Amino acid sequence: MAVSANGTPVLEVEGVTKTFPGVIANEDVDLTLNQGEIHCLLGENGAGKSTLVNVVFGLYQPDTGTIRVRGEKTQFAGVGDAIEAGIGMVHQHFQLIPVFTVAENVILGNELVKGPFLDLDDARKRIRALEEQYGLMVDPDAKVGDLSVGEQQRVEVIKALFREAEILILDEPTAVLTPGEVDDFFAVVRSLVDQGKSIIFITHKLREVLAVADRITVLRNGRVAGTADPKTATQQSLANLMVGREVVFQVEKGDAHPGDPVIRIKDLGVDDVRGVRTVDGLSAEVRAGEIFGVAGVEGNGQRELVEALTGMRPKAAGTVEILGRDATKMTPRRITELGTGHIPEDRNKHGVVGSYSIADNLVLNRYYQAPFTQRWVRNTQAVDEEAERLIDQFDVRTPSIHVKVDNLSGGNQQKVIVARELTGDVKALIVAQPTRGLDVGSIEFIHKQIIALRDKGVGVLLVSAELDEILSLSDRIGVLYRGRLVGTFDAADATREGLGYMMATGAAPDSEVVRS
Amino acid sequence: MSIGADQREVEPGGFRQKVQEAFELQSVLVPFYAVLLSFIVGGVLIALIGVNPFTAYWALLEGMFGSKDNIAGSIARSVPFMGSALALAFAFRAGLFNIGAEGQLLVGGITAAWVGTWAWMTDAPGIVAVPVILLAGAFGGFVWGWVPGILRAKTGAHEVISTIMLNSIALFLVRWIVNSRDPLILRDPAASVPRTESISDTAILPTIIESQPPLHWGLFVMIGVCLLIAFVLKRTTFGFEVNTVGANPHASLYAGISVNRIIVLAMAISGACAGIAAASEVSGTNQLFQPGTFLFIGFDGIAVALLARANPVGIIASALLWGSLLSGAPLMQQEADVSIDVVRIIQSMVLLFVAADAIVRYLFRVRGEAGSHIQATSSGWA
Repeated sequence: MAVSANGTPVLEVEGVTKTFPGVIANEDVDLTLNQGEIHCLLGENGAGKSTLVNVVFGLYQPDTGTIRVRGEKTQFAGVGDAIEAGIGMVHQHFQLIPVFTVAENVILGNELVKGPFLDLDDARKRIRALEEQYGLMVDPDAKVGDLSVGEQQRVEVIKALFREAEILILDEPTAVLTPGEVDDFFAVVRSLVDQGKSIIFITHKLREVLAVADRITVLRNGRVAGTADPKTATQQSLANLMVGREVVFQVEKGDAHPGDPVIRIKDLGVDDVRGVRTVDGLSAEVRAGEIFGVAGVEGNGQRELVEALTGMRPKAAGTVEILGRDATKMTPRRITELGTGHIPEDRNKHGVVGSYSIADNLVLNRYYQAPFTQRWVRNTQAVDEEAERLIDQFDVRTPSIHVKVDNLSGGNQQKVIVARELTGDVKALIVAQPTRGLDVGSIEFIHKQIIALRDKGVGVLLVSAELDEILSLSDRIGVLYRGRLVGTFDAADATREGLGYMMATGAAPDSEVVRS
Repeated sequence: MSIGADQREVEPGGFRQKVQEAFELQSVLVPFYAVLLSFIVGGVLIALIGVNPFTAYWALLEGMFGSKDNIAGSIARSVPFMGSALALAFAFRAGLFNIGAEGQLLVGGITAAWVGTWAWMTDAPGIVAVPVILLAGAFGGFVWGWVPGILRAKTGAHEVISTIMLNSIALFLVRWIVNSRDPLILRDPAASVPRTESISDTAILPTIIESQPPLHWGLFVMIGVCLLIAFVLKRTTFGFEVNTVGANPHASLYAGISVNRIIVLAMAISGACAGIAAASEVSGTNQLFQPGTFLFIGFDGIAVALLARANPVGIIASALLWGSLLSGAPLMQQEADVSIDVVRIIQSMVLLFVAADAIVRYLFRVRGEAGSHIQATSSGWA
């Protein structure tokens, strides 16, 4: 662990407390960052990681506590001050303008000028120099919109370096990357620290923490739950620290007893919002009593596939059969009424009406049926009774069924959706990213529910960007690449590495995927 | 309960929250203070032109409620605003901004006036003829609201643009229909000014008080419509769908609601609310149709609805306030020499303060609504 010349850490956070109305986001948090180290900030969603780095980055002012940069006490009035002090941040959601070139994006807000004109030449030279120094290869004249996600992330890093950042904050940088891109990104991170930069790396992925960290601080409920040394820590010990109790990693799951197909997809073609054929010639079958996992890097047609299957997006080609009925042209309501449950990818956009109560959200797919409606008039008493029953059964943590869903945590919101979609006579279940952004406890719960449903004979189509989730839940796995399934395997035969390769390239290398 | 009550003290589902919800105090406080603040600023304005604001406001108050006739006139003046405000409010619940009440009133009004002159209406009893003329008005408005609804649903044309255009189309169409002598369409050839023929006596809503304008049964019709819309929105399945589409159209689609159908129906029903208000005016106030009668009633309806926060029952109260102010203003001009325009300015300020409610909340220490506090978000490096 390198220490800066005079021995003081480059960043010291001491006793920081930050509250929002009704919420204590950070309480008495300490964090030190030495020069040339990667300090991982680990914690569940809502543990206060983002708040803490936003305090460091000058977006929030702490209620109490001090921040020292290179031993000097500082107080940032805003982001500008933090950048001035040599702090840079790469946000989880990139702050790039797609129609601008790399160079234009990099100099944005910091424009070099020659008289009244932009001096792009000079910018280009400096960008090239940075790229060579840190091994961040991106063409400065490429349009950002044409770049891959991994390349865009490199542009974000270049942006920070261009502003002479010495301390880099990386907020969940690997969430959007393929397994291969993650390795490349780690190499970049390594070369950054080797040349004296210091990095705060935020994540909730345990595997990555152990791979990349020099030091680990775990946050829980806004407080430092503990620090760990990656040399001695294990995934299990970190997870326990994160959650505050013993965590079961392996999902318990018996053998599948697949029956007849419940979803039959044949040569499906779907256009996305821009009219691009994003799903093209996809065929698959999901049988009763099995979980069919669709693995793939995001943006390979997952969203369009799910929206088409659930009737929310028209199918441009092919047919879909659900429970023996031709569902190609059915509306979402008809498909639901056939006995299909759907846990959508985007919880807040599609899954819930945030301004509605838990009770109203719990009947959002059945509100128009008896007993929830009688002769055009809603029977709120029946709704309330059903809601009480469901929050009990699905362990939704809330003081009342009349609380707005917006005021629930992500995990509880997802439980509301799961409760709604799994209730009733469900025979087919379409699940997209069911545990995105959830804490370990909620993930466990939702996984158990999905497996319980499979064991009852429901056919489950699971789409997830988390390879671990696909591997631990699925009975069969299909790899989605550029809108079609490029391979289908029994889960027992698939390996993480092989699937990762196939997700990135669309081709099965020799016999890497299937380990016989 | 103190106005500055700290939100954190209110436990979800607790007693205080129930009280707050029951009275919807927050939603009443801001408009109330907005009105108060506007009168204060208006008072300063009046003082600046050398008139004692209290004298002026006293005259205004007298004009509004000084006598039985004044009260009746004030109420009568308010009635059409209930319909034009509902036209905004209902669509608003579905997430649509219907600013086409102006046109929907005109089309509803002329349809009502035309149906009111049908020959068989003279022989029909009032119990038939009055509902017929009201429904005719509602139908005219329904059609004029349906058009921007269907345009939005099928082509994505924004309802703000299309309703503005349809306002113009309605204005000139109606003017032509009533003006034209050759071909003679609906003009009363005997009249010196452009207007339709008088409607059948049987189709007239009975007058309650002979005030200026006369207070007639249209008041109860419109209060009934407000209550009906409130019931539909609050209790029915259809109302739930309308609210859901307004709250989250994506989740609505996902829940199996036909979003397009709701958009079309919400716009059409909005138009019908304006149309029935126009019919009530044609039937109860003028007994004929004259273009110009409904000038600004549609646009003021936007203000009335926003003041009531799109709450159909609240609209009854805010329409009464709006109409009374307009009705009382002439006396203020007469007695205190303060132009009617000052009332218009005060009304506009009310809206301004309701829209920019941060000002009101700051001045009167009204706390924000749950979850509405501004959150700092990062916007890159700049």
